[in-house]
Amino acid sequence: MVYFDNGATGQKPQVVIERINTYYQKENANIHRGVHHLSQLSTENYEAARSIIQNFIGANHSEEVIFTSGTTEGINLVAQCYGELLQAGDEVLITEMEHHSNIVPWQMLAERKQLTLKYIPINEKGELRLELLDELLTTKTKLFAFTHISNSLGTINPIKELIEKAHAIGCKVLLDAAQSLQHCQVNVTELDVDFLVFSGHKVFGPTGTGILYGKKELLNAMPPYRGGGDMIKTVKMSGTTYNELPHKMEAGTPNIAGGIALGQALEWLSQFDFQEIEAYEHELLEYATKEIKTIEGVKIFGESSNKSSILSFLIDGLHPYDIGTLLNQQGVAVRTGHHCTQPIMDFFDIPGTIRASFSFYNTKEEIDYFINALKKAVSMLA
Amino acid sequence: MSIAEKEQQLIDDFAIYDDWMEKYEYIIELGKDLPLLDENEKSDERIIKGCQSTVWMKAAIDDGKVVYKADADAIIAKGIIAMLIQVLSGEEPQAILDAELKFIKEIGLQEHLSPTRSNGLVAMLKQMKLDALALNMKK
Repeated sequence: MVYFDNGATGQKPQVVIERINTYYQKENANIHRGVHHLSQLSTENYEAARSIIQNFIGANHSEEVIFTSGTTEGINLVAQCYGELLQAGDEVLITEMEHHSNIVPWQMLAERKQLTLKYIPINEKGELRLELLDELLTTKTKLFAFTHISNSLGTINPIKELIEKAHAIGCKVLLDAAQSLQHCQVNVTELDVDFLVFSGHKVFGPTGTGILYGKKELLNAMPPYRGGGDMIKTVKMSGTTYNELPHKMEAGTPNIAGGIALGQALEWLSQFDFQEIEAYEHELLEYATKEIKTIEGVKIFGESSNKSSILSFLIDGLHPYDIGTLLNQQGVAVRTGHHCTQPIMDFFDIPGTIRASFSFYNTKEEIDYFINALKKAVSMLA
Repeated sequence: MSIAEKEQQLIDDFAIYDDWMEKYEYIIELGKDLPLLDENEKSDERIIKGCQSTVWMKAAIDDGKVVYKADADAIIAKGIIAMLIQVLSGEEPQAILDAELKFIKEIGLQEHLSPTRSNGLVAMLKQMKLDALALNMKK
């Protein structure tokens, strides 16, 4: 089959699958507690994974790396805990191209704390309308949360410039890197970003894993996320004192095998040169874009000059689900629907798109197969 | 023809085709025979929830028999609802409520439609039975 749904999740390399097996076969024990050998071994491996992840994103301290269940949980954690430090009347800025997981937690927070939620609109090319930034980003804005790469459109946002602009007026930044870490190098220290979130499963690790990076001073200032085991220093019936970072934010037994395997996935990914990955994926995108334009009635959504390997499109008069169903029947996996970005669909006034998203293990031959399958689907539906 | 006989006819019709692309072509063809709703009948309360595409359906009673009309924005969804209507429309409410509809499984529709689409199929069928139930009680 041809797998072009990499925007949703990546396929797993053998070393990651084997790492999960090895953990459960030979190392399974709860971490941070036991004095016995197995517990120490799994604790060491879990913390070693944290260090691998720290190095991968260029964080200064390992305790700035918080294990989560994914991007969604990372954003919710920041919305809940950093949000606790915000006051009524403060503003949070997002964009119109965010995934629902970077919209809804802020709407919930805005309601809870009487904040104002604003967003940067997009243009016809699927880019942020940055000419409106100075109007929207003001001294009232306490947090600017935006995506590095749009999961629906492929647009790569100018993150360095946006972070600098926010910092210039004392606004903190959360970067949603769910669609970027598998495609390009992201260094939190160079970017000076305050929070960064991503999902393990999109960077070839297991599902149910993810990372929140946060600057130490911010994470320390924030209240804990959830109460429970591991996040405490002492518990008395009269009250509790909290543990140090990162444990303060990691209540309960974590996804130990998942965290260790995520470390393995990023170690595996580190052997490749990101410049080569970017160049190759760009070539795939250019090739697919050129080929798909030979089909009559194709409209591409997301036409930024700075784009990741995501090709979102519709064919005039045809429903995306019909196309997706007939592509599936021919062994091609693509995504159809609103891709959890309904505001983008509303902007373009469409019910959804068909999205082909490429990874560096995909080939031009697969794109040829996909284009032929697409032509066949169109001929059946027309 | 009884519901069971109409089902058998559909099963036989599909048996002619070897591969699923041909079966889909047939589903698309069936969609073209769907008894369509008028544009002004496609109101929000007639949308069937749970389908990936938008499906509208209306049931009315005519001489003790339930008559269904529908429309959908996706062609394959049209074909699926057309099959359900072909089997159930023109039957008495109680017969619709009792229908087991083995043709869905026998044709292999459930396995060949994505889970969400299959949910759509389930949602369509559920709505048709609910409508039949409502019309039966009004009788």
